[in-house]
Amino acid sequence: MAGKVGARIKRKEDPRLLTGNGYFSDDIQLPGMLHAAILRSPHAHALIKSINIEKALEAPGVVAIYTGKDLEGKIGRIPSSWLIPGSNLKEAPQYPLAIDRVRYVGDGVVLVIAEDRYGVRDVLDLIEVDYEFLPVSVRQKEAMQENAPLVHDDIENNIAFHWKAGEVPDEEIEEAEVVVRESFNVQRVAPSPIETRAAIGQYNPGNGELTLWCTSQNPHIHRMVLSEVLDISEAKLRVIAPDIGGGFGGKIGVYPDEALIGYAARDLKQPVKWIEERNEHFSAANHGRDEIIDVELAGTRDGKLTAIRVKNTANMGAYLSTFGPGVPTIDFGLMITGAYDIPKAACETFGVYTNTTSTDAYRGAGKPESTYQIERMIDLFAREIGMDPVELRRKNFAKKEDFPFTNAQGLVYDSGDYEKPLNKALEILDYKKLREEQEALRNEGKLVGIGFSTYVELCGFGPSAVAGAIGFQGGVWENATIRVHPSGKVTVFSGTSPHGQGHNTTFSQVVSDKLGIPLEDIEFVFSDTKAVSMGWGTYGSRSVAVGGGAISIAADRIIEKAKKIAAHELETSVEDIEFEDGVFKISGVPGMERKFVDIAKSANYAWNLPEGVEPALEAQAFFDPENFVYPFGTHIVVAEVDKDTGQIELKRYIAVDDVGRVINPLTSEGQVHGGIAQGVGQAMWEGIVYSDQGQLLSGSFMDYTMPKARFFPTIETAFTETLSPVNQLGAKGIGETGTTASIAAVMNAVVDALQPYGVTDVEMPLTPEKIWNIIQTGGENDDTI
Amino acid sequence: MEEVNVTVTINGKKRSAKVEPRMLLTHFIRDSLSLTGTHIGCDTSQCGSCSVMVDGHVVKSCTLLAVQVDGSEIITVEGLGTVQNLHPMQKAFWEEHGLQCGYCTPGVMMAAIGLLQENLEPSDEEIREGLEGVICRCTGYQFIVSAVKHAAALMAEEKQVVGEGR
Ligand code: FES
Ligand code: FES
Repeated sequence: MAGKVGARIKRKEDPRLLTGNGYFSDDIQLPGMLHAAILRSPHAHALIKSINIEKALEAPGVVAIYTGKDLEGKIGRIPSSWLIPGSNLKEAPQYPLAIDRVRYVGDGVVLVIAEDRYGVRDVLDLIEVDYEFLPVSVRQKEAMQENAPLVHDDIENNIAFHWKAGEVPDEEIEEAEVVVRESFNVQRVAPSPIETRAAIGQYNPGNGELTLWCTSQNPHIHRMVLSEVLDISEAKLRVIAPDIGGGFGGKIGVYPDEALIGYAARDLKQPVKWIEERNEHFSAANHGRDEIIDVELAGTRDGKLTAIRVKNTANMGAYLSTFGPGVPTIDFGLMITGAYDIPKAACETFGVYTNTTSTDAYRGAGKPESTYQIERMIDLFAREIGMDPVELRRKNFAKKEDFPFTNAQGLVYDSGDYEKPLNKALEILDYKKLREEQEALRNEGKLVGIGFSTYVELCGFGPSAVAGAIGFQGGVWENATIRVHPSGKVTVFSGTSPHGQGHNTTFSQVVSDKLGIPLEDIEFVFSDTKAVSMGWGTYGSRSVAVGGGAISIAADRIIEKAKKIAAHELETSVEDIEFEDGVFKISGVPGMERKFVDIAKSANYAWNLPEGVEPALEAQAFFDPENFVYPFGTHIVVAEVDKDTGQIELKRYIAVDDVGRVINPLTSEGQVHGGIAQGVGQAMWEGIVYSDQGQLLSGSFMDYTMPKARFFPTIETAFTETLSPVNQLGAKGIGETGTTASIAAVMNAVVDALQPYGVTDVEMPLTPEKIWNIIQTGGENDDTI
Repeated sequence: MEEVNVTVTINGKKRSAKVEPRMLLTHFIRDSLSLTGTHIGCDTSQCGSCSVMVDGHVVKSCTLLAVQVDGSEIITVEGLGTVQNLHPMQKAFWEEHGLQCGYCTPGVMMAAIGLLQENLEPSDEEIREGLEGVICRCTGYQFIVSAVKHAAALMAEEKQVVGEGR
């Protein structure tokens, strides 16, 4: 049975999903189920003068209509769960429906419940809302100016928070031999899982229990927050995340809509279903990024980096979302030095309210942005001093012997060997040869560029004491229970909440190796707060590092207890018992053994247990790691720009990642591919666009470019393995490495390709029009949108 | 609204339901016939999650009204194969890890079957071009491409008739 960890095993969850037997939110049908729809604001900023629901109330099949006023005092405000200390954070109250003022296109105004899915949509058209327009603030830097229209009247200059970490005195920059400065706009994007959000509420008036199925990456956080919002005991609120069609951060947030559905189901004592439409998802669900990042990087002429100073001006939208404030501060600002030993660093972040939907964590959350700026800056610095960008990277890497390595912002990187993946990637690429070819192609007038990203990422959230210190309103430990049935089959309960990652398979591999039982004998229960006592869900690439760590410890506890029983049955002492491959043996005495299944039976029957040993075979573990984990690696992109059309072709994409122990190479590669696709998407095609009036111009898949199959080359992946000391498995997170690394790799490659035009920076996304303009103007137009 | 009767042969079975004339085929399949393997990912016919076979052609079921397919033969993911007896396309997606969340997957497999109907030996490039009508946010498409290629080989081997429901 051993040897499952590290094996390329196809997923246990797939046969069900492949045959149409998945169970997604919209598949849920309950007797007497009603349908909900939400009338949303078409305006970015306006007063609600009046709402006329008379005609709507007469429509066939209407069951109930609620306005913000109706719900005042009945549903609490929706809080943010990341309140950054020392940042003068001002949290504007967000109510489930706007009461007298709407603050973004998509803000909820009226909730309608009707008998029929199509009919409920008709009713929305019968509601008349009288708005009085207000001036808008849409872009963060403008919103901070004196006299900018205020999103919330009592929040001065629209500043939600102002956070600082680290100190770099002016002279460190002014007096340095070399300083490079650049400003980057990390544009707003939409996480865009293919399944939109959904919520289904069902209330039992008999016992007062409310069950809420919703598209959540973290049902226990939903339960914790919503029990307060809805004023219901956590013991009476059951949150279930059924199959979830992708999350990417967009389903972390506890949204007003989920509270509304829970409320309506309880109020009407009838099941209520709400399925979000795609255009609704674009306007009302959280977006990601939207940060303007100004950087100064100082160093010596021979390539030693000495200081970095960064300012991030982040667009938070109209309200602070669940994890929103942590993204441009902690997640971004403590990682600005990347993989490099830069002795001095400082980050200052402004979080700004605007009349747009909220931003929150999106795959990588802060790390893609920090990686993007430092990796772009390294290239700019290298160019400035005439050094090869690879050489400059090597020269400044945190050295292998310095691990655990403390970066300038005080984070302790658990383990690392940055040369290893770099060397491997260069070998795959054949760097020397390619540079020569590039030169030759340039002479022929062809524009080819090579871009590097030697990233490091912070993930595996994490130590709870640290979470508390950084203002996270909750813990980030993990919980696992392993229940061994009398037959020797096993059910594992985990507080993580998968939505495509394949936890059932990877975690089964861990349990199989530990307990020496076949994969088929292991079942998992996730994502149901009634079945799993507690947990903090799946985001921040924490599931294997923290959730897997907990499972591993629980398995040890099972073995410990089982050994006692085996020893008793074999009439020997526990110290003499060895456990290997599912068999308890007495060392050196062949034939004296008990199988795992034997002990499962005797533990559960409890006919003859040793003294002091309780019946049954079940163990729970709560694992609170002592540190985050820091995966790293090298991504290389070779890109060619077509001079005539401005089209960019990715000729090669090489990803060498070091995520500690790779539990399943197949699913790991899948994570890398998916992550890369989203980062490349941001660099090249995606972008949420609001007009100056705050109208959402990219509100469907017709206007928002989702990457398609033909956009990508075959990605060449490889792994190196530098184990993490933080958890038993030695594993780090892998879900976000691709996104974290890829944006910079693509951008560096394209800027390198455009070097003959003297271009030093291009704004994302790299639309052909933008590139064509740069070429036409000979580079004078860089930085144009 | 006055309801009309729609009858189809779906995955080999004759099924009828009374529906509003405006009902989309995709809701007819999912809500009226309770075949929830076919998914909905957008409201502008871009994502392809809703792809099914109608009279031998792959279509996005959100682009048709239920009344338009009265009398047609439809195959959905439920009609491809069972867990015990997977269709080569399903088998290939499993073996090559062509899915993560699995939400887009039924539609993507249908689109891929349509692709192989036209070309049983597609190159990687042809597969990528051929999947223009679907969006997957999870996989980055690479293992979808491998899966379709693998499926083509399996189908050639098993002489499986493409797109015929079991
Ligand atoms: S739901 Fe039919 S194409 Fe998206
Ligand atoms: S597998 Fe999740 S969208 Fe394709």
